[in-house]
Amino acid sequence: MEIIKLSALEIGEKIQKREVSVPEVVKAFYHQIEQKEKDINAFITLDEEQAMKRAAQVQEGIEKGIYTHPLAGVPAGIKDNICTKEFKTTCGSKMLENFTPFYEANVIESLKSIGAVLIGKTNMDEFAMGSTTETSYFGVTKNPHNTDHVPGGSSGGSCAAVAAKECAYSLGSDTGGSIRQPSSFCGVVGMKPTYGTVSRYGLVAYGSSLDQIGPIGTNVSDVAAILEVIASYDKKDSTSIQRKDYQFMKALHEDVKGMRIGIPKGYVGDGLDDEVKEALYNMAKTYEKAGAKVEEFDLDLVKYAIPTYYTVASAEASSNLARFDGVKYGYRTEKSSGLEGMYNHTRTEGFGQEVKRRIMLGSYVLSSGYYEAYYLKALKAKALIKKSFDEAFSTYDIILAPAAPTTAPAIGESLKDPLKMYLGDIYTISANLAGLPGISMPVGRDTKGLPIGIQLIGNCFEESKLIQAAYTYESLTGGGK
Amino acid sequence: MTEKITDETMDYVSILAKLSLSEEEREEAKKDMEKMLNYIDVLQELDTEGIEPSAHVFPIYNVMREDESFEKDTSELLKNAPKEKDGCIVVPKTIGTEA
Repeated sequence: MEIIKLSALEIGEKIQKREVSVPEVVKAFYHQIEQKEKDINAFITLDEEQAMKRAAQVQEGIEKGIYTHPLAGVPAGIKDNICTKEFKTTCGSKMLENFTPFYEANVIESLKSIGAVLIGKTNMDEFAMGSTTETSYFGVTKNPHNTDHVPGGSSGGSCAAVAAKECAYSLGSDTGGSIRQPSSFCGVVGMKPTYGTVSRYGLVAYGSSLDQIGPIGTNVSDVAAILEVIASYDKKDSTSIQRKDYQFMKALHEDVKGMRIGIPKGYVGDGLDDEVKEALYNMAKTYEKAGAKVEEFDLDLVKYAIPTYYTVASAEASSNLARFDGVKYGYRTEKSSGLEGMYNHTRTEGFGQEVKRRIMLGSYVLSSGYYEAYYLKALKAKALIKKSFDEAFSTYDIILAPAAPTTAPAIGESLKDPLKMYLGDIYTISANLAGLPGISMPVGRDTKGLPIGIQLIGNCFEESKLIQAAYTYESLTGGGK
Repeated sequence: MTEKITDETMDYVSILAKLSLSEEEREEAKKDMEKMLNYIDVLQELDTEGIEPSAHVFPIYNVMREDESFEKDTSELLKNAPKEKDGCIVVPKTIGTEA
């Protein structure tokens, strides 16, 4: 079997058994990239020479017994908002077109410590703002299952690259569904961990209270293995949390007996595509047959999640993106018009439309006179939403939900009506507001042949339950393949 | 229902956001903002009396660490500066008027 078609752990195993060398693996993926990239455009930056150099180093480390991790030598794609020293980090923006970080993200240090090979930086919606990977300054990424469709977003490049076998696994970031939704559109497995589980040090901030880095892979085992590598307590991230348990691969066993699974009634009503709904109920049946107890329940406050999210995320974005002023790094305008003028022109020329839209909205909801009515109100709504999930998890182990209302939309369809696009985030954003972990996994395809993804949401710190339930479904059904 | 966004409000928000939008962009942004704010207004019907605003989901406050200094080669940092001279970042004149 062709090496690139194997899972990350399978490739890692072959590397450890010396059945294949790291340079051979990297070469095979670069060959695939050459074939696919012109149609998919999953990457912003690629550097074969550097990847091959690193591959040789890692191979040497393996020979010497330094790298023994099951993922050592396996090539990864990294979302372009995660700082890497050897690749520029653009955030999909003209603003950072030529920016090469001077330090690297905590997750990159973790990956390197186990002998990962970074293959390149993946495309994304500009500053992670978008649901389609169409707002990138570096062009649109296409869905590998049908190139007339979007891969989802904002981690669309990371998900498309894994789906197109251009890398074995990838990292994305999830502020309102940006890992889980594109994973569902691309037919891969993607997880957003509990807030604070993975360090945000070196992740270019969008909505700091919501952002979380997470793994994307071809199956649940890969995702558990990657999460185990990247999750850690980090002093450099003041919202990092010291957890008791980081051994997520231990949860990879088949058992959902007695598990209580809830489906929020508000998630399966109007607006949900019939085929996605059918897929969700089929998954529920599989769980029931395997011994889980599945029922529908009323989850409070569903309709307030999107307005709360867009208020909070825009406010934090307007504040976080204030640093892009053309002074110390990034784009600077050519127009000469004093300091204030330089700020204004730099930002106006450097940011794309969607980013400006959210900065404007964020500035408005934070401005005096509107702060209490909008931003403070949203923070209170956020507290109530968290409470409604706390109540749900007093009864259920896991919430079963769609990852998106439909399968991947056609390119160009979503940006016509931003508000409509925002509404598509309904099933994913609550997990960010409440800090919860969520995993999206493929469960089949619709009549157009596009992947359908379903999401499992767990209580804070209960990634292991999610991994166990997702693994069980995958083992029983073959994981929607 | 949100009050209609006036041109003055747009001017004010542009100053806060440090963006100088073209006439066309501004009209577009105004329409978008009105639409979004109308939508966000649904939050007003939610009773939040006595609810503490939630900035972060977990109760973590004032995480401290040692403030340790370290030496770094600043030329590395300056590589990313849009304009640089003698180890410093060049910016437009900030005091007085530009020549």
